[in-house]
Amino acid sequence: MDKVTGMDGRAYPWGAKNIDTDVIIPAHWLKTISREGLGRGAFETVRAQDGNIFDDERYSGSPILIAGDNFGCGSSREHAAWALLDLGIKAVIAPSFSDIFSGNAFKNGILTVVLPQEQVDRLLEVAQTDEISIDLENQTVTTPFQDRFPFEIDPFRKHCLLNGLDEIGLTLERDTAIAGYEGNRAETMPWLAKGTEVAA
Amino acid sequence: MSHTPRTLYEKIWDAHVVETRDDGTSLIYIDRHLVHEVTSPQAFEALRMSGRKVRRPELTLAVPDHNLPTTARVDAAGNRLPIADPESAQQLAALERNAPEFGIHYIDATARQQGIVHVVGPEQGFSLPGATIVCGDSHTACHGGMGALAFGIGTSEVEHVLATQTLQLKRSKSMEVRVDGDLGPGVTAKDVILHIIGVIGAAGGTGYVIEYRGSVFENMSIEERLTVCNMSIEGGARAGLVAPDETTFAYLKGRPYAPNGADWDAAVAWWRSLATDPGAQFDRSVVIDAADIQPTVTWGTSPEDVVPIGGVVPAPESFADPSKRIAAQKSLDYMGLTPGMAMQDVPIENIFIGSCTNSRIEDLRAAAAILKGRKKAANVRWAIAVPGSGLVKEQAEAEGLDRIFIDAGFEWREPGCSACLAMNPDKVPAGERCASTSNRNFVGRQGPGARTHLVSPAMAAAAAVAGHLADVRDFTA
Repeated sequence: MDKVTGMDGRAYPWGAKNIDTDVIIPAHWLKTISREGLGRGAFETVRAQDGNIFDDERYSGSPILIAGDNFGCGSSREHAAWALLDLGIKAVIAPSFSDIFSGNAFKNGILTVVLPQEQVDRLLEVAQTDEISIDLENQTVTTPFQDRFPFEIDPFRKHCLLNGLDEIGLTLERDTAIAGYEGNRAETMPWLAKGTEVAA
Repeated sequence: MSHTPRTLYEKIWDAHVVETRDDGTSLIYIDRHLVHEVTSPQAFEALRMSGRKVRRPELTLAVPDHNLPTTARVDAAGNRLPIADPESAQQLAALERNAPEFGIHYIDATARQQGIVHVVGPEQGFSLPGATIVCGDSHTACHGGMGALAFGIGTSEVEHVLATQTLQLKRSKSMEVRVDGDLGPGVTAKDVILHIIGVIGAAGGTGYVIEYRGSVFENMSIEERLTVCNMSIEGGARAGLVAPDETTFAYLKGRPYAPNGADWDAAVAWWRSLATDPGAQFDRSVVIDAADIQPTVTWGTSPEDVVPIGGVVPAPESFADPSKRIAAQKSLDYMGLTPGMAMQDVPIENIFIGSCTNSRIEDLRAAAAILKGRKKAANVRWAIAVPGSGLVKEQAEAEGLDRIFIDAGFEWREPGCSACLAMNPDKVPAGERCASTSNRNFVGRQGPGARTHLVSPAMAAAAAVAGHLADVRDFTA
């Protein structure tokens, strides 16, 4: 995975609440067996409307999206994260995110920054005209107008993002611990380890 | 032995910790993994690219459901029919190829055990109490009805589970949703969960695992508990569960992948120990009186937009939160509704009975009980009943339910996710309404421009007969 240190640039000042993953990428785009090319379907129903924010020249190509509460709710489709990346969005700022979406975003190197609603409102205002800067190392969002908003992030996720670590690779290094757990489990709850190999 | 009282969730969590790091992240062992065609191709491809193996193939079960057409799958001679859409066919072929390549048991699209993953898991006894269960689908929360810790994961996590049989997780907060008392006539498990989502909000459960407690859930069948837990995610909670009890054990005994012999007795002994201890603390408690729950419908485009069937479309100004007022107005514009309109005056052109929320045998029985001897209204253009699995379909046919649906003007389909997410050809046309037993009323969910009203199976049947949203209690008097 590429290292992620932050993101500087223009932002789509959207602010909409409860944006679900069916809005981010409708189901008919999920028939692909690849991770690529989903930007074409990103926000399809929103972009079908005249004057929508994603086709507004002022924000075209912005790497940051500012949204409302509960961003990414609904389906677990990681296609939502892939679609954002393909559209060029590498960071989302919102008052809250769905648990599954924020996990999917993290695994694809997309920053999800949680800020209180009043700070999000301020960024929505700034983003109309100016750039926003996200600094992962220092955990701050800043603007050219001396706004400086600190944010929280899980230390493990921060470490993985800053160093571009592969989570599966990290877990595979814990093989001894996993094998130890499995050995213990085979003794205490053998039935749980059988899965589809249960003999009638 | 720890003497600190623990919740059901904490007991299952503790039993699955491989190790915990200083930053609080735990490596959690995954007991059961369900795989379908839509969220797995990229995971298998990544394994192949990195030369990684599936660690414990017997703990994963693969079955196609999302993308599969619900029309006939074999011809009169028993030969498999091709899938018209080339992309769908390619995705199904990928799962069909990937499962055996990685040693995973695969239930074929034409097998009688095929069905929606969340119907198949419990039905096959693959989903067990006290187990950690994951699937690349947010409605995995469903299996919490078995007393399992079950939650949806993304494709990168599917790959992680295949390669390591674990996930790196932080413990969630715990929420108790307690409903005691007697449910009124016509009030089903679906109405209970829709009401709960209305109370806590679509983001109310974010960061929490919900335990459903109280006499209402204790008295429910497994099918009903699966319906409730299924929609935990619509309340923002990644998982929801009900403590396993005698109802659970009776449901499981003798199912194909359930423990048997001495294993069964050992398993039941452990399952009995899982219930939340007296005095255990929850981070949040929500208490609801069963008598307050009415047959419920949704009016908007978020599952929190609920109202009793006797109610009216709300006015956006009635919401205190300014952003909710804006969202409500957008919802009403999309739904083509005006404030003050009686919900029972909302005309319906499409009926969908199915989905992992409501496609089990009890759901089909409840709908058929209303439809028996009746016909769908003339303005109802399209009505389909989609059983959750081939075995549910067989059972329904043995009981003659298929005839009741067909005589009422319904199409009787093959199992799959169908019009719940409109990924296969089953879609609701733009601008038309659907009374749907599924779980999401999002914009475009059942097809571009489709307008969804979430209801119970009996209420969907009542709407089919009336031609508008209707109160099921008017049909059962």
